[in-house]
Parts: sequence; structure tokens; C-alpha cells
Amino acid sequence: MSVPSTTPRPVAANSVWPRLEPLLPQVTKPIQYVGGELGAVVKDWDTATVRWALMYPDAYEVGLPNQGVQILYEVLNELPDVLAERTYAVWSDLEKLMRAHGVPQFTVDAHRPVRDFDLFGVSFATELGYTNLLTAIDLAGIPLLAADRTDADPVIVAGGHAAFNPEPIADFIDAAVLGDGEEAVLEITAIVQEWKAEGCPGGRDELLLRLARTESVYVPRFYDVDYLPDGRIQRVVPNRADVPFRVHKRTTMDLDAWPYPKKPLVPLAETVHERFAVEIFRGCTRGCRFCQAGMITRPVRERSITTVGQMVQEGLEFSGFHEVGLLSLSSADHSEIGDMCSGLAQQYQGTNVSLSLPSTRVDAFNIELAQELSRNGRRTGLTFAPEGGSERIRKVINKMVSKDDLIRTVVTAYTNGWRQVKLYFMCGLPTETDADVLEIADMAHEVIKAGRAATGSKDIRCTVSIGGFVPKPHTPFQWAAMARPEVIDGRLKLLKQAINADRSLGRAIGFRYHDGEPSLIEGLLSRGDRRVGAVIRRVWENGGRFDGWSEHFSYQRWVDAAAETLPAFGVDLDWYTTRERDELEVLPWDHLDSGLDKDWLWQDWQDALSEYEQDDCRWTPCFDCGVCPAMDTEIQIGPTGRKLLPLTPVNGLKLPTGAQQ
Amino acid sequence: MAFSQGFTPHPKISYASAAPTGVASEAEYLEIGLREPVEPAQLRVALDNALSPGLDVLDAVVATGTGLADRIEASHWRIELPQVDPAVLAQAVTAFTEAEEVQVERMTKQGRRTFDARSAVMSIDVDGASVTPSGASAVPCAILEMVVRQVTPSVRPDDVLSGLRVVAGLEPPVAPKVIRLAQGTLTAQGAIVDPLDADRDGATIGGR
Repeated sequence: MSVPSTTPRPVAANSVWPRLEPLLPQVTKPIQYVGGELGAVVKDWDTATVRWALMYPDAYEVGLPNQGVQILYEVLNELPDVLAERTYAVWSDLEKLMRAHGVPQFTVDAHRPVRDFDLFGVSFATELGYTNLLTAIDLAGIPLLAADRTDADPVIVAGGHAAFNPEPIADFIDAAVLGDGEEAVLEITAIVQEWKAEGCPGGRDELLLRLARTESVYVPRFYDVDYLPDGRIQRVVPNRADVPFRVHKRTTMDLDAWPYPKKPLVPLAETVHERFAVEIFRGCTRGCRFCQAGMITRPVRERSITTVGQMVQEGLEFSGFHEVGLLSLSSADHSEIGDMCSGLAQQYQGTNVSLSLPSTRVDAFNIELAQELSRNGRRTGLTFAPEGGSERIRKVINKMVSKDDLIRTVVTAYTNGWRQVKLYFMCGLPTETDADVLEIADMAHEVIKAGRAATGSKDIRCTVSIGGFVPKPHTPFQWAAMARPEVIDGRLKLLKQAINADRSLGRAIGFRYHDGEPSLIEGLLSRGDRRVGAVIRRVWENGGRFDGWSEHFSYQRWVDAAAETLPAFGVDLDWYTTRERDELEVLPWDHLDSGLDKDWLWQDWQDALSEYEQDDCRWTPCFDCGVCPAMDTEIQIGPTGRKLLPLTPVNGLKLPTGAQQ
Repeated sequence: MAFSQGFTPHPKISYASAAPTGVASEAEYLEIGLREPVEPAQLRVALDNALSPGLDVLDAVVATGTGLADRIEASHWRIELPQVDPAVLAQAVTAFTEAEEVQVERMTKQGRRTFDARSAVMSIDVDGASVTPSGASAVPCAILEMVVRQVTPSVRPDDVLSGLRVVAGLEPPVAPKVIRLAQGTLTAQGAIVDPLDADRDGATIGGR
């Protein structure tokens, strides 16, 4: 019998593992806290000059697949003298035990205390992660308020789309970065490195000042907010010399030069996405007026077909994933998408690899692509997003799809063998009436009728999926009033009745929706100012955690906290959510520059109200949204004219180098 | 790696008698189906390389004859019980071994089940050594070693600990540390034999 010769896990000097390990048998899914995934990196603490703890503020199962964190983790760890580790939100069962046993917030890689790091970077895809940020800061033993921190605490940097208005968490973070992170983290790292090499002159304050002087790192403490008697903001101004009046977003150009992730993390515990995701382009100029992502990531920058092909090949070989997702804000719009899909389908024909394309474009071309991708026999679902129920509301939101287009496209899907399609809509859009929402029922009915006629089969279905609209900063709808949750819920109820009014058709239509309450809170957080920080803190103190999870989200807790904290400032929950702003109001994020010209945004808002559509600048002349000249960027699209070549099949085992025999 | 046929192909992999969550192990076994023959030594290196630190692949052999599950007849466990007096543990063990049967309860996927934890236990001894193998400390630590037969429903180390609570009221003040030292085929003398041994012999005879 072979003698066990297992290598004990090397324990880092400052590791909390010996104290954490005994707690793990007492919690759910302990594997999410152990680290050691394929793709994970543990580096020597002492030889690193700058150390980052990166967090996605949700549970491991949601946080691990996050592209942003994976990319920054890899970019930073490629530097020989820099170290980056990951940390995720711990579930309440472990949080309780960690508090009882004095175990601090730790990284999963080497289980080091987050407080030991120089920088604590937190990526916010959604504002509903704010309470989890507070848990992590508090568990780490770092003072909750940035103002109370000392040189012994890491600099807390927020990033991600929500960082385009970090004002609600301005009291809790030290800095925020707007825009693409790849180069920003390198620049911040260099500044910290230099400051430490000089012996940390001027302490934390000087470091933050150096970061702020880049004009692309926002340090909230260097800005004062003055309010008008009616509660609106009077102005936001720097309180220090040398600090820029406006902070600009970062834009990474030439994505072919940044082919990350190269070594995707392969999770040990089950996660929400288990696939190798390749971003085929960044930015979108379709101009959907509700879409913050499309507005703040301009201009469009494509990754070329050959870089995508190489990333897919190397990423799959490294990770062993069986699924590839070709991601972007509107993947079918890539100038080389046809050749990319057929080339990849050809390359992976006869293997276990399946390819998927999040399909949002409503046209027959999308179905052609989906057919290419399903060559391996596996049909991924088809989702179309008309977003608005009526032609009128689609003009308001600038989603240029006609009802005929939609029906024709879905019928094409049915006749090509798809049995089920998903249609995505929003409820609560500006100017929306009951009639706009009820047209969704007509559309779904007609889709089923036409589908049955075309296929001669009753075995076709569609699912209507509805999300609540949340107005976001840096979009033409940033001035819009939100609809009340009762209004949304009422419309959804009417819609459900309308769908089921015809029982034969209704049976073939699934209906999924979220109620209006969480959207209202998301609205408070997304367009909030610094005063909203008091609400977040109160909710957190009252036990608010994991607000992105419907089973943990408590609407009442947010309403109560808002009622307890906001009146002191002369405002309330409605003031932030259901109130329409006027043109001249200073918005909390006006000093944060996404490149979009505020006058253009206002004009686009007016165009929305008059139901005037705006074309895409990739195919029509520039409409002066302001981003390219302000950021000194340009549209980067193909086609390159290159093709994907057949792959030489790799047989046999993947062995580590030097271990061939 | 071979995959099952059908609409959603699954990798051909099966685990025999996997240790429960939270339990350390020096001896886990699994069977995998491959698309093509490979050198077992190279397979071991390739698998080891893809797994996390601490998950080490020690050996690989070409499966012949009976399936792995049929060869797992018993497990050898060691349980460290920090802050438990070895003498107290010894008394509990005596009470346990003297019992005909010891009914314990556990939540399973089928709901709460009651079953006998005694009959599957072939041997159970308090380790004489008073030093703690993992982590020195001044507090006493009792150590239990036992060999448990693979039965249905399976009797796990925590079931035996439940049994000790039932017969002698033993309540460990802190979470016990459980480790599986070996599992495999039983000899007539009650020793555990590496379940891969049969295949190793076969390979030798085959002239590899």
C-alpha cells in the first residue's frame, strides 16, 4: 500500500487559516472559503512591494466568475513585485463565527487579513453590494469611515460601473476609479510603490493627494458638497489646491493588447457561470437610453477575430472549461461576428466545447449565428430584448425594433428548431402607461400564433421576463422620475391577466418578473448623494446583507432606515426616486466625467420625451455625445479581413513543463 | 476525458465512498473514463497539476476486473478530540463496544434516519499516545482510531461520535478533527488493502 505523501498546504506567515479552519465545518459550503483554484496565485508576501486585496462584494458563487476582478487579479499578479489576492463576501453564518472568534476578513488565496494589504479594491457591478462592503470593512478591522482610518489601514478603492456615482459610499471609501481598470490599477500601483519607496512621506493624506492629482482617481474627501435650502446640491468643489475640479474616466484602447483573462479561475465550489468568457468588444453606441453600461463605456473598441480565437484556444486549454461565452453589450454587432462564430464552431466541431452568444439583437442574423454556434448539437437558449412593449415606448428608450421584426425573428427561430424563446422587457420606463405594458401581451400572443402557424406545432413556448427600470447616472434618463412600486406591481398584474385572457395562447407563455420594491431602492442608491450613506449604514447596522439576493433583501429595512435618517437633511426616499430633476439641477455625479456631454444627454432626454430616435455612430455620422473628443479616444472596429484557421487537434494529456516523463 | 452520450454529456467520473464535507483524508479513490489510453504515471502528473494544493493525486492504475465501489469494504479513521480526557473517552468506547447496537440519528437527503452505528464498527481504540499530532498544546487531546465497514446507510465518523454521546454522554467541547487514513478491501484478518493493488498486480502480469 502506498504511503501517503501529500504535501501539506503551505501556510503564509500572516495567514488566518489555523483560526479559520476549525470554523469551516460549522458553515454552509465551506469550500468557497478555501481558495487554491486552478488559476489562483499565491505569492511571497515579503518580496512584494505593493499588495492588493481585490473584492467582488457578493458571495463566492457570484463573485468568482466576475470578469473585472479576474482581469485585474491577473494583470497585477503578472508584475513580479506586486501581489494581488481575492476576497468575497462571507455568508452570515461565517460572519457570526468570525466575529465570535476574532477572525478578520481574509483573502481566499493565502488567507491573509485584508487589513494587512496596501490597497483594498472593490468592484461594484451593482449598488446592491454596498452593505456587503460595510461588512467586509468592519470584519477586516478597518474603521468604517474613511476619515477615521490611519496609515495602518489599506486604501479602499471602488471600481466598476457603480463607481460612476460613488457618492452614496463616499464616506466609506478612500478613492474611486471610473472606467476601465487595466491601466488604472497599474498607475495606482506605481504611485503607491513610489510613495512607499520614499518612506511614505506625508502618510495616507499625501498618498491620496498623489492619487487625486492623476485626475482619474476620485478621492471624495478632497471635495466638499454644499446644499441649497430645498435639499438640492448647490455645488461640489475641491477643498484642496492641486485637486482637479472634475475627475475623468479611464479608457483602455486597443483591446488586442490586453488579452485578459489568459488564465481564467476555475472555481472549486459551484458558481453562477462556469464558462470561459471572452469579451469580444467593449462599449456600445446603440444608444439605448436606459442603459448605463452603453453610455459610460464608449467608444466601441473591438477585439479582433484572431485575438478572440487565440484567447479561446489558450483559455480553454488552460482551464478545461466546456463552455465559451462571447461577451459584450451587444455581441452580434461585432464587425467580424459572422466569421468569428463560424470559425470557432468549425474549430470546436466534434468536441465537448459549446459556444454561446448573449443574444439581444432582434433580427434573423442573430438566429444564423445561434445556428452556427449550436453545430455541436447543443442549443443554447435564445433571448430577445425588445425592452419596451409598444412601438411608442421603444422610441422613447431608443430601442429600434418593430413589432413585425420581432415576430418575424421569433418565428424564424421556431422554424429553425427552437422550441422556446425568451423575451425581455422593462416596466416603469419614463412616460410609460398601462397601455404600453399591456402591448407586451399582444406581442407575446402574436408570437405564439405566428409560431404555431409557421411550424404547424403547438409545442412552442415563449417566456416573457420583466425587470423594473432603474434610472442611472450618466444616461439621458438620469433626470427621470421613477414609477412607484405600486404602479409597477399594478401594471404587472394587468399584464399577467392580459396574457392569460386567451387561455390557449396564455398556456404557451411563461411570465417572470421582479416586483417594484427592490428597483426603488436600487434607484435610491444609484442616483443618491453623500447623504444616502447614512441610509446604507443604518440598513447595515440593522442587519442588511446581500441585498442583491431577493431572499435576503428587505424593502422594509431600507424604507425604515431612509425614514430614520433622511428627514434630518430635509429630504426623503421619494425625493431621490420618484422626483423628476430639472435641467439646471446639480447632479451628485456632475464632477465625475464619463465623457458624455451633459448638454447632449439633456438633448437626448428631450428627444426621448418627443419619441425621436438616435442612430448608432458606427454606421451613421457622429452625433456629438462628446466622449471621443473629451477622452481623446476613437471608435476601434474591424473588420480586419482575417479568418480563423482550423486548429491542429491537441491529443493526449496536458502535462506541466519539465514533467514529460 | 470521456463523456456520457446524450443531450447533456457528463464527464465519466465516479467517486467511491467520498469522505464527508469537513473531513480530512489521505485516501480517496475515484474512477474516470478516458477517450484514449494514456500512461497512468503521466495521467497522475496531469491530474495533480490541475488540482489545488493539498489535493494530491498519488497514483493511477488501469482499471481491470471489478468496479472500484465493490472494492471499498472498510475505512480506517482517526479522530482527534481536543480538550477530551483520554480516560473519559476510553470509558465511552468501552460502553460503545459492549453494546449490541447503538441507534443514532442523522439528517440524510431522504430526511431524518435512525440506524445502528455499532455493528459496522470493526475496531475502535483510544490511541495510547498523549501528544497531539497536529498542533502542540497544553490541553489534553484524546485520539480515537477505528475501522468501519462500508454499509448502507453508511456509518460515518460523526455517527460513531453520536453513538458515544448516546451510550456515554460524551460531548466534545470543540469540533473534533477527523481524518481518513485508508480505505479499501478487507482481508480475513481485518486489515485494509489498497483497492488498486489488484490492478497493479494485473499490470505486472501483463508485462508492463
